Amino acid sequence: MIAGMRSLWRTIGPTQRRDIALVGVADGIVGLAFGALAVAAGLPAWVPMLMSVLVFAGGAQFAAVSIVAAGGSAAAAVVAGLVLNARHLPFGFAVADVFDRGGGWRRALDMHWLIDESVAFTLRESEPARRRAVYLVAGGGLFVIWNLAVVAGAVAGSVLPDPAALGLDAAFPAVLLALVGPHLKDRRTRAAALTGAAVALATVPFLPAGLPVLLSLVGLAVLISPARRTVA
Amino acid sequence: MPVTAILVLAAGTYAFRITGPLLHDRLRLSAGLTRVLDAATVVLLVALVATAGFTAGDGFAGWARTAGVVLAGVLVWRRAPLPIIVLAAAGATALLRLVGVG
Repeated sequence: MIAGMRSLWRTIGPTQRRDIALVGVADGIVGLAFGALAVAAGLPAWVPMLMSVLVFAGGAQFAAVSIVAAGGSAAAAVVAGLVLNARHLPFGFAVADVFDRGGGWRRALDMHWLIDESVAFTLRESEPARRRAVYLVAGGGLFVIWNLAVVAGAVAGSVLPDPAALGLDAAFPAVLLALVGPHLKDRRTRAAALTGAAVALATVPFLPAGLPVLLSLVGLAVLISPARRTVA
Repeated sequence: MPVTAILVLAAGTYAFRITGPLLHDRLRLSAGLTRVLDAATVVLLVALVATAGFTAGDGFAGWARTAGVVLAGVLVWRRAPLPIIVLAAAGATALLRLVGVG
């Protein structure tokens, strides 16, 4: 497997190699933050670790943990996580060509590396062998980095004296904001997101934790309504 | 967070991942559905930023955290690197608490 990784690493170009390494560092930092924040929020250390291996999707993991940490139900956390991860559906169609046709456990495992980053790197390549190599290196590599970082973060988080004094409760929304920032360029998506956030904030005092976040999805209605309307 | 919840989330996520690779010969997603799924991700994440950033329990989270998150927003807008954004947000909140801001 290591030797296979080396030959894949050689197949991909220097620019992709550098960019994948940089994203690896960034994801490592996010993973550290996730592990530390989950433990600081009062969850046992195995929860962020198990989630990172089995779910392997940063946004959904942060979402689920934050909902539970705020007192929300596990069901609300799962629904929010699933809505966030629904984007993997179109991603899967976009990179379907990189997987072995034969099937087997190797293919089943390879499909687990389907994440924002591995898809983005794959879409930069057009040649089939390079697409596959980039997908496997980015996906498999980030899986290893992510999980090691989460373990390190969870261990560090369990020895932190006082998470609030360190401002860790602000670090969590900051990470999410950094992740979502580049997607806010589109005007209508931004309008939908701001509408949704306003609905969520307005309902926090009245609804059980977790539900306001889900209710934000009504903001999607902005996308359906006509783009331009003159105000009388 | 019970194990069952983690397993359900993991199974659902894996199902989303494998559908495309397994069905792409027989099925195409409409551009409209893809757009809505993309937007749903952004909407949920921004709502999480808002609720986790500005509320605690069923009320206001206090000015220290709010200031940290607003600072993060400014840095994201100025395209600062992720580690800077996170450290600045936590640092600002920690400093404000140190000087007695709630």
